Order: sequence, then structure tokens, then C-alpha cells
Amino acid sequence: MFIEVSVELSGAQILVQSLKDEGVEYIFGYPGGAVLHLYDAIFQQDAVKHILVRHEQGATHAADGYARATGKPGVVLVTSGPGATNAVTGIATAYMDSIPMVIISGQVPSPVIGSDAFQEVDMVGITRPCVKHNFLVKDVTKLAETVKKAFYVATTGRPGPVVVDIPKDITDPNIKVPYKYPKKVVMRSYNPSVNGDKEQIKKAVELLLEARKPVIYSGGGVILGEASEELTEFSRLLGYPVTNTLMGLGAYPATDKQFIGMLGMHGTYEANMAMHESDLIIAIGARFDDRVTGKLDMFCPYAKIIHIDIDPASISKTVKVDVAIVGEVKNVLEQMLGMIKDHKSKPHKKALDEWWRQIDQWRSLQCLEFDRASTLIKPQYAIEQLYAVTRGNAYVTSDVGQHQMWAAQYYHFDKPRRWINSGGLGTMGFGLPAAIGVKLAFPDADVACVTGEASIQMCIQELSTALQYKTPIKIINLNNRYMGMVRQWQEFSYESRYSHSYMDTIPEFVKLAEAYGHVGMRIDKPEEVRPALEEAFALKDRTVFLDIITDRTENVYPMIEAGKGHHDMKLRVATGTSTDRELA
Amino acid sequence: MRHIISILIENESGALSRVAGLFSARGYNIESLNVAITEDSSLSRMTLVTRGSEHIVEQIIKQLNKLIDVVKLIDLAESTHIERELMMVKIKTTGHTRGEIRSLAEIFRGKILDVTATTYVIEVTGPSEKLDAFVAAIAPETILEVVRSGPTGISRGEKGLSL
Repeated sequence: MFIEVSVELSGAQILVQSLKDEGVEYIFGYPGGAVLHLYDAIFQQDAVKHILVRHEQGATHAADGYARATGKPGVVLVTSGPGATNAVTGIATAYMDSIPMVIISGQVPSPVIGSDAFQEVDMVGITRPCVKHNFLVKDVTKLAETVKKAFYVATTGRPGPVVVDIPKDITDPNIKVPYKYPKKVVMRSYNPSVNGDKEQIKKAVELLLEARKPVIYSGGGVILGEASEELTEFSRLLGYPVTNTLMGLGAYPATDKQFIGMLGMHGTYEANMAMHESDLIIAIGARFDDRVTGKLDMFCPYAKIIHIDIDPASISKTVKVDVAIVGEVKNVLEQMLGMIKDHKSKPHKKALDEWWRQIDQWRSLQCLEFDRASTLIKPQYAIEQLYAVTRGNAYVTSDVGQHQMWAAQYYHFDKPRRWINSGGLGTMGFGLPAAIGVKLAFPDADVACVTGEASIQMCIQELSTALQYKTPIKIINLNNRYMGMVRQWQEFSYESRYSHSYMDTIPEFVKLAEAYGHVGMRIDKPEEVRPALEEAFALKDRTVFLDIITDRTENVYPMIEAGKGHHDMKLRVATGTSTDRELA
Repeated sequence: MRHIISILIENESGALSRVAGLFSARGYNIESLNVAITEDSSLSRMTLVTRGSEHIVEQIIKQLNKLIDVVKLIDLAESTHIERELMMVKIKTTGHTRGEIRSLAEIFRGKILDVTATTYVIEVTGPSEKLDAFVAAIAPETILEVVRSGPTGISRGEKGLSL
């Protein structure tokens, strides 16, 4: 119901009513002194549901997971000082992956700002480098408008987190002012471009149709821009190979024959070789991240590059492009589709057949094969089984490290918004709270958190939140008793000096899960993996912690090591175990 | 190459730190920066001098444009423009050097703003090179203080930076 102009509300009520009018379903938060008025206003309504986390980092990741899965902005509420600083990691995580989020932080009362008051921190200052924008509310009559602006900035253009810092006196229950939530806001200094330049699009189409060895390289922007359908139609119309970045997985169906896998540091051999040999790259909603490009002066040496991106600053930032199109990928792809359909020339059939023959040859190397005869549980096998048991339909969140790469490589995402991971910032601790956010958004879907015994301990307290809000998720803990990715780099680059990359005293996760009120399972034989997963997913209303004891020597392959080009990949040796004999 | 970037920015607290923070976070270099209100009290105008390759300056301009508080900006180096900087120099001067300093100030169209028995404060306005030249013309041991505003700039003719 829309509240009429005549209604007078306190700042705290205005904030809650604004969130309601914005259509917010959940707020993820943790109370404290500076937000007590707000929590009192939350208590007196039930339209906006509050999810009490156990640590503010968990709140930001849960809101982030919710946002990634739904496309709607995630909302966080934290108190001043430590509440605010605890949220910073999650804000930076969302910022690096362009996730729409609105973070409301309490602040000490206006008159004492700057006096080093109890639980005071300059939140606007601290978050400035890791938000799309932030606001300090100085006047309660501007609160509703500021909230509207925050949502507008967070969700339009290249999305991102926006912080609204609210001093305690602004939410004073005794000061009431007229409330009206603006239907829209106009900001003279912020007008994100929507449509691409027609001439540039024309040029791009010409280049596309002249190409003989083209590659479509698409990223997270396609998912954020809801353009997966357009990307799929565009790719099928042209018949060109498609590779996705880590953030772009699911934008194009992974089981389709035109999909050549993820590219970059742990991408497939065929994707990276195709990039290296191609004569035309079209980058769609991707930002030429260093984990994608490898060594810059060896990047795609023979290719002309077209780049479609909503953010002008992403264009020619690291890789100089030939045709730049600034606009929403969805609109641009629609325009391109129209032009390609009407164009008198068609893709070079012969050249393309030849190109696919070459790609199939690279494919035949089967770069993702691993030792299937091992008596130890191979982490790749565990992910394959997860994929099979969930029939590829689960939402999969992950933490950061080897398990993240294996999930990306062996769980084939056919739909967008199913793969939820911290790609840019690489935040350990992301997976569990993110899974809770996803499960709240989609209570009937299977939600799995792929993690490792190191990452999971960074936000393990959220197991308690999962119980309180009955969000039955499945935690797939690939337990190799190492910080696997750190160990792998130490093996390759530091002559196996495993400096502090091991986990010497690991908790008994089964007991830990039980202590938190969940089901725990320990799996240490390959043949137990499938039945355990089936049992876990059959427990529809329970969170299950699967502690899967994996081969601790396993490495992620293929790999482009630092300073190397796409064509110079390290491939698996012999039977797929580590090159490190001491470990085996 | 040297670029003078002129920015119209929302006159809000923290706007300056967003610009300064961007430069330090991305490792761009700021030679000088000045900011003051315009005829419209909701807008400030900032003049920022930076140096970098074309690629870097292109990125600087894109990143500045991306800041939500930045309304509009131009790179003055791209067209004909006027540049002015204000400097005040406090010089230790007694006896026979006083006349010398006075005539030097006259050559540079400077103004003597303050006189004591032992010092002059001289104001010189102009392009930065002229200010450099004035400083170079004075015996270094007699200079007590130099304060410069950093350049401000405006483009010639009808073209310019306005809403």
C-alpha cells in the first residue's frame, strides 16, 4: 500500500517504509547501539523480514548471494563502528563482481561525529574505494529520497554496492516528518548509457561476418544484464565457439556443443588455444581480468577485438580494443541480431568448419580428465557426482581456492545465476552465507555450497543462521587438509616449501555440524560419495555438512602460470596426481 | 604529457576526497588541484593538473566520469584555453635590493601586497611558466615563502564547461 503524503513518520519508520516501498523482501543484519531505533521500527512490522546473521561479514555475503541468484538488490543493515568495518569485506566482494547491494550502516549521532565517540568509524571514508557510491544522511527529510537514490544507483548501469550511513539522531522516534517515497529520482550527474552507438555496432557486425577464426568471450555482464537468451541466440545464429569467464558461467549453456569451456588461468585448453589463435574476439560483458588474459603482451596476438560493456572505463583499460560499444549488453545484442539477420553476407562456412576442426582437435586432448582409478576421493569426481545427483539444476555457491575452480570446471551450468562465487575479490568465507541468501530466495531449489576445510572456517558461524531460518543447504566440504590453492602454488613456484598452507588441527566437522543442529557426514571412499550425496539431498528439510576427505595432492589443471600466455598451459602429468612425490 | 582536467562536481562534503582517493587508489599522479564554488552554489569547479601517457589520461577521464558526484568534465589541453595561476612570494629585502625587487615585480606585472622594513610580499598571476620564471629571477637565499594556487583554466570562445 502506498502511504499518502500526509503521513508523518520518524526516520526509523521512514527507512523501513522506504524498504517496503522499494519491494525489499529480506534485510540481512545485526543490531547494535547506533541502529536501535531502526531495529525497533523493524520489530513493529512484518513486511520486510530481517535475517539475523552471526557476523556482519555473513550479512553482506548472504545479501550478495540473494542478489546474484535473483537479480534483485541485496539489503544489509549493520551498526556503526565494528559492525560497519565487519561489513567491508562483503562490500568489497560485491563491488569487484558488480553486484547490486544497499548497505545501511548506523552512525554515531550527528553532533558527536568526528569526536572519536564510542563505536565511531568514518564509514563513508572507509568504504569509498569499494562502493559504487555512498551517502551520509544529514537531514531526516532527505532520508527517503536518499534511499531511493541508493537503490537507483546500485541497480542501474554497471551495478554495485551503495552504502547509506545514517547517524542515530536521524532515526530518532520522536522526530516525525512527512513521508513520501519518490517513484523515481533523477540525478544530473548520473546517466548510465543504455543503447550502443549504431555506427560502432555496424562496424562490429562487419568484423564479425568477415572473421575466420572467431571466439565469443562472454563474462558476468551478460548475467547481470539478463542477456543470456540474447547471447545464446546470437551465438547460435553465427555458429561461433563460446567461452565464458568464471563470472560468466551459465550465461551460455555449458552442455551445448558450441561451448568450449571456461577460459583463463584454469580454463580449458581448447578455450585458451582458441583465444590465442583467433582472428576475432568479441568480448561481451567481460573486463579482460588478469586471470583471464594471462600475460598481456601475449594476449590474442592475431585477433581484432570487439568489446561490449556498460562501463566505458572497462574499455581499453588493459587490452586495447578495435571496436568499443558502450551500452547494455541486452540492447546491443538485440541490435546486432537484427543487423546480422538482415545482412547480405553470412559467416564463412568453410573457414568456420576448418576452425571447428581445429578446436575439436584441441578438445580431444581432454584437458579435464583425471585419475578415475584412484582409491582416494578425487575432488573432481566429487563435483561430477554432485552434478549428476542434482541433475545440473542446483544453485552452487563456492568459497575460494581449488574447490572453486573444480566446481567451475566440473559442474556444467546451463542456466544463468546458478553459479555464485566471489570471482573478483576472491573472498574465502563467501560460500556458506551466500548459500543461505540463495536458499531464502528459492526455498524449493537445491542449494549446494562447495567449499574447503580452510574457507568454510572463515564464516562457519553462519551454520547457526541456517538453523534459525530453516534454510536447508548442502555443504560439500572438499577436505584435503591444505589450503589447496596456496599449496599448489608453493609446489609449483616455491619448491614445495609449504609455508603455513596446511591445516593441522581441523575440527571434526560432523560433530561441529551436529553441534549447530545439522546433519554431518564424513565420506572417505570414492564409492561412498554418490550414496552420501543422494542421502543428503533427500533430506529436504535439513542442512547437511558433507565432509569429503579428498586426495590431498591433487592440483587444478590446466593452468596458465603467472607471466605466461594462453598457448603456454601447464597440463596434467601422467595419471593426474601431483607432481610432488613427497606428498603422495 | 601534461593535461588540465576541469571538472564540475556536486558541491557536497566528501566530493573532493572521492577525486583525491581515486588518484591515490589507482596510482595516478596529481601535479596540482584546486577547487571552489561556481556561480551555482550546488556546483564546485575543480581544476586538476596531471601527467601521463594518452592511455593513462584516457583512463583518468573515464574513471572521473564514473564518479557519481562528477557532473561533467573536459580536458582543457584538447582545445585552446587560458590558464592562470596565482602566486604570492615573501622576499627578504633590505637597502639597495628593494629597488631591484620592485622593478623585477613590475616586469612580471606583479603587485606588492605587503611591505615591512625587511620584507615584501609580491603577488604574480599568469601561466605557470611565468611564475616559475619569476621565482628563478630572485636570489634563492632571499625567498622566505612561496605559495601557489595551482593553475585554473577556462577554454576560449563559446565552447566550454557548463551544464
